[in-house]
Amino acid sequence: MPAVTAVPRLRRGVRLGYDPVRQSPVVLFPEGVLLLNTTAEAVLKLCDGLSSLDEIVTGLREQFTGVREDQVGAVLEFLADRHVVSWEDV
Amino acid sequence: MSADPPLGLLAELTHRCPLHCPYCSNPVELVRRERELTTDQWRSVFTQARALGVLQVHLSGGEPLARRDLPELAAHAAGLGCYVNLVTSGLGLTKERMTELAARGIDHVQLSVQAADRQRADAIAGTRAAAHKRSAAEAVRAVGLPLTVNVVLHRGNLDEVGAIIELAEELGADRLELANAQYYGWALRNRDSLMPTRGQLDAADTVVRAAKARLAGRMEVIHVIADYHDSYPKPCMHGWGARQLTVAPDGTVLPCPSAHVISTLTFDNATTRPLAEIWYESESFTAYRGEDWMRDPCRTCDRRGVDFGGCRCQAFLLTGAAENTDPVCPKSPHHGVVTGILADSASRQVLVGVAELGFRMRSEER
Repeated sequence: MPAVTAVPRLRRGVRLGYDPVRQSPVVLFPEGVLLLNTTAEAVLKLCDGLSSLDEIVTGLREQFTGVREDQVGAVLEFLADRHVVSWEDV
Repeated sequence: MSADPPLGLLAELTHRCPLHCPYCSNPVELVRRERELTTDQWRSVFTQARALGVLQVHLSGGEPLARRDLPELAAHAAGLGCYVNLVTSGLGLTKERMTELAARGIDHVQLSVQAADRQRADAIAGTRAAAHKRSAAEAVRAVGLPLTVNVVLHRGNLDEVGAIIELAEELGADRLELANAQYYGWALRNRDSLMPTRGQLDAADTVVRAAKARLAGRMEVIHVIADYHDSYPKPCMHGWGARQLTVAPDGTVLPCPSAHVISTLTFDNATTRPLAEIWYESESFTAYRGEDWMRDPCRTCDRRGVDFGGCRCQAFLLTGAAENTDPVCPKSPHHGVVTGILADSASRQVLVGVAELGFRMRSEER
């Protein structure tokens, strides 16, 4: 798990979009595509390169109920493994 | 067998290329300039591909910079919402051209590197190519786009894989793809000269593992191992007609870039049949989709959903039937073909210099 103060940032060349064919939000990056569920899309939209993990969790709680910090951390760790985000300050 | 929509389109805009690499993935019979699709035909291919579900467009070749209409094609693909990758040798990628291409919508550049040592790199490319790599990489970084360096590994450059990794760092790569040569077309013709030794592969593996650990979080290193030497066949294309399609310079639509080697299949052309129909219904795309086509041992193998029977092109080239199990698999009744090739290659123990390689040449130049 990353520290709550760690700041995730979209890597160079990562782009969020929407695919009307699959009717799904997507994230596009060098040599990769991920179809996003609503949660993952919301997490990525809050990755502005300034907000820390706990600030992102706060932002998500304004939109959703039952947001768990460990689950948000796990989503971001998965996206870091796929080279979609990098951690700025672990 | 139903299929999901494709995610990627490899658009081989042209077979023209200033390089003559002996492992080129283009067919031995290259498409001549007169038979290349026009700008409007490519635009139509991209439009149809996006409607079909394609999100990643790879503008490749040959050398895509050889197409004067590259900026227009990039702009069209980007305008459709696709992520646009430029796959280039870097020759001709000046700061001015890169700036224009980035403004038109190129999202990411994949730059090929032949070797770390300049003379060796030029010898492999069959031309003075190495000097252009640095300026091309600088041009990419100057416009702020992500850069992938890709390198085909083979007997002639495996020993300097450490220096290749250092070069990729110097070039400022975000990603490095190290892919061992795959033997189709030109590389099959040059297989004896390209085939590495087991010792070379093991030594390179140690170097690459250490580099991956050292570079974690900074540069992503992707290592595609040599499949003749591997214990299982590669999950080729993640299954036939499953995720990606290739359109050749003349509009031929292929389930994988090498599929043209399967001479028993007939391929459709994007100028004469709608792309969606080709993807979902054509003989070539449905032939090996899913599992219904499989024979023993694949049919009942518990790895059939992992490696999809391996590579159909390799099965065809080495066993004569694309329905056969990829002979790289130890369970294949034809596995002896692969072990025989490896034993033969090892027994010769000759050091083949790059001068002995059969360079990719246009037919009129041979």
